[in-house]
Amino acid sequence: MGRALIERADIVTGAKVTPAGTRSARPAKKKVAKKVAKDYIPPSPYSLRAALGKGDWSTRLSVLIWGMGNFTRKQIVKGVLWLAMEILAIWYFVSAGIPAIAALPQLGEKAGSKYKDADGFWHYKTVTPSVVVLLYGVIAVVFIFVFLWVWNLEIRSSYKAQCLAQKNGHAPTFRQDLHDLVDGHGEISLMFLPTLGIFVFTVLPLVFMISMAFTSYDSNHPTKFDWVGLANFKTVFGNSGNVVNIHVFISVLIWTLVWAFFATFLNFFLGMFLSMVIERKTTHGKAFWRGLFSMSIAVPQFVSLLVMNQMLQQNGAINRLLESWGWISAPLPFFTNATWARVTVIIINLWVGIPFTMMQITGILENIPAELYEAARIDGANWWQQFTNVTMPYIMFVLTPYLITTFTGNVNNFNVIYLLSGGDPQPVGSSAGSTDLLITWLYKLTVDQDNYNVGAVIGICTFLVLAVVSLITYHSSGSYQNEEAFR
Amino acid sequence: MSKNSEKTMAPKKQLDAIDRAQLATATGGHKSAAEIERSKAFGEVPEKNRYGARMFRDFLSYLLLSVLGIIWIMPIVWVFLESFNADPQPYQATFFPQKYSFDNYRLLFTQTDVFNFPKMFLNTLIIAIFVCIISVFFVLSVAFCMSRLRFRFRKSFMNIVLILGMFPSIMSVVAIYFILKAMGLTSSAMTIFALILVYSAGSGAGFYVMKGYMDTIPTSLDEAARLDGCTTWQVFTKIIVPICRPMIVYQAITAFLAPWLDFVLARTICRTQDTYTVALGLWSMLQKEYIQNWYARFAAGAVCVSIPIAILFMVMQRFYQESMAGSTKG
Repeated sequence: MGRALIERADIVTGAKVTPAGTRSARPAKKKVAKKVAKDYIPPSPYSLRAALGKGDWSTRLSVLIWGMGNFTRKQIVKGVLWLAMEILAIWYFVSAGIPAIAALPQLGEKAGSKYKDADGFWHYKTVTPSVVVLLYGVIAVVFIFVFLWVWNLEIRSSYKAQCLAQKNGHAPTFRQDLHDLVDGHGEISLMFLPTLGIFVFTVLPLVFMISMAFTSYDSNHPTKFDWVGLANFKTVFGNSGNVVNIHVFISVLIWTLVWAFFATFLNFFLGMFLSMVIERKTTHGKAFWRGLFSMSIAVPQFVSLLVMNQMLQQNGAINRLLESWGWISAPLPFFTNATWARVTVIIINLWVGIPFTMMQITGILENIPAELYEAARIDGANWWQQFTNVTMPYIMFVLTPYLITTFTGNVNNFNVIYLLSGGDPQPVGSSAGSTDLLITWLYKLTVDQDNYNVGAVIGICTFLVLAVVSLITYHSSGSYQNEEAFR
Repeated sequence: MSKNSEKTMAPKKQLDAIDRAQLATATGGHKSAAEIERSKAFGEVPEKNRYGARMFRDFLSYLLLSVLGIIWIMPIVWVFLESFNADPQPYQATFFPQKYSFDNYRLLFTQTDVFNFPKMFLNTLIIAIFVCIISVFFVLSVAFCMSRLRFRFRKSFMNIVLILGMFPSIMSVVAIYFILKAMGLTSSAMTIFALILVYSAGSGAGFYVMKGYMDTIPTSLDEAARLDGCTTWQVFTKIIVPICRPMIVYQAITAFLAPWLDFVLARTICRTQDTYTVALGLWSMLQKEYIQNWYARFAAGAVCVSIPIAILFMVMQRFYQESMAGSTKG
């Protein structure tokens, strides 16, 4: 009851009618930019420079012996922890890290070298594959940065202990430090594991894959490969490559953008049309229709896509049905003709995507303030004018960020293409099919054909395309330039 | 307000209509110029055609909705019927099966030598439960830090996550496999653990929706709690987490569903049949070497997976809409 009252009051006063979905759809970025400027956090006074400049002997000694400054301030546990960390790090670098980095320039020994032992038997040297050498090398390099960062923290911790000891008579005890970890600096304890996870399973693989773009790791060099500089970029953007060259790249890129454009905007306009038909005042059973169309969301996407793929085969169910009705004499070339295949994936994607758009827009239509329509009607606007001047601007305002994310999502829409058409039809002698997106091409090149180096180059290009498109559209969108338009 | 206005407007309109109808009959069906002008201005169809036009438009929209509805529901009905097909071959002569039997379901769960569907189901269930718990915790804690706490690197963290999200995720799949191999997690005994790790590790990056929700909780609540002596962790567990309940349900179901729907990572990481997840198993059933015998059982498996997911999805939908209404209303 109270809830209803408050909601109604909101609408009556016209204050901040937040359309459903905006909170998630509108990226938090710009809000944050303001907030940070407002509550700016100054850097910690216990900086590395201050520690080295103003630190006493034990603080300076802790550059070499970790935890020294903590020991002299009676922070025994903390000191022991720092010292243990230093010993661990040194042990790692001596035993594994430095050899791994040393092997990095050569990327391991030459594969398949054999030698004769004293008795005259041939032995094959088992060599570490270059990819493992590369991985350990990348990890070691990353560890160097982590090490430097922890070192910096350690020195600052010593200096902090010194300053606090001077100020309060004694440095904080271990118990106080722990309490600070759950209270004052709660973000450290809360963020540690999630950040570690992102670091190990998102950042590290990316660094690893990006470094592969500069090697010769392809199907011809599966175990031993070398650094080749920018040669792979030359292959992708040059004319010399057999399976991968600029022509294939450009055609895939153009199809990717065309696909993303149609997949996004057809879904958007047709979904909007559908939801407006359902939301008509005289349509009965609104909930029924909505439920009917959202059933396709509830079925797992890979299931429905695989089913669609089966139904659209040359001798699949759809062709059978049309033949039995006598509409066609020969099976329709859904995935064997390039144009047919392209149109088919876009149409099937409508089947997948329209229900999502419909649900989004239904929520928004219900939230458009009624007085906007009343005002329009009083000003003598007809149905079409109301649509173009009230409904559309409102929907666009709310949904622009959503459209951008959908667009980038469609550029990266692996499932629809890979499960539905598999990139088919594939021209002879080309590594990319007519419906392959950059992302499925990348997958085929790496997982199916082991051409990791070119795959990595295409991955980097995909990133650049996405970054440019989302930056441009985001900055020119109405909801970015005029945040308060509908408040 | 909007409802009220409808109610008050409707009778007025009716009266208007009656007035005009009378006027129309009185003037012999011819409207005065002013009258036509007025109805044009109000975007209304001239009175005579109004009822018919509305009926026509209603008819059109129902026709459209029914045709589209049939198109939308057809593939789903087809899978359902195909799962009862007595003939397990693909590419039948007719659109719908001719004979029905329950064999596909029976064989799917009993004949486990090629594809062990019950095992796949169990694997996926175990993975999904752990992923659900871990990623809800990760998302909550990152979202809490981003929304409620102020510290250096906060903005950098958010920007870095935004940029990381622009890299195609498929790109790192192979690299993730090599990393798992280096960690010794690729043996078939460890595959489930590896999948849990991979699915949940990066989940902290998906904090945006949860953060948006937490941003709607007034800071006065935290301040009051802190005055009462709560630590940051206590504010997190005792104040923020309980308020976020609808959003947590949404997040939990999303995380729970991920292992059921993903097949790219699973395909790279699962190298032996007994570690397959449901998605990977179903996908394999349609590959060239199996499709002849497993086609109908694929449909049966698809139905078995879809029903629980559909139910969870509907639950999630409700909670999502609830959480979209904001945290502090009512």
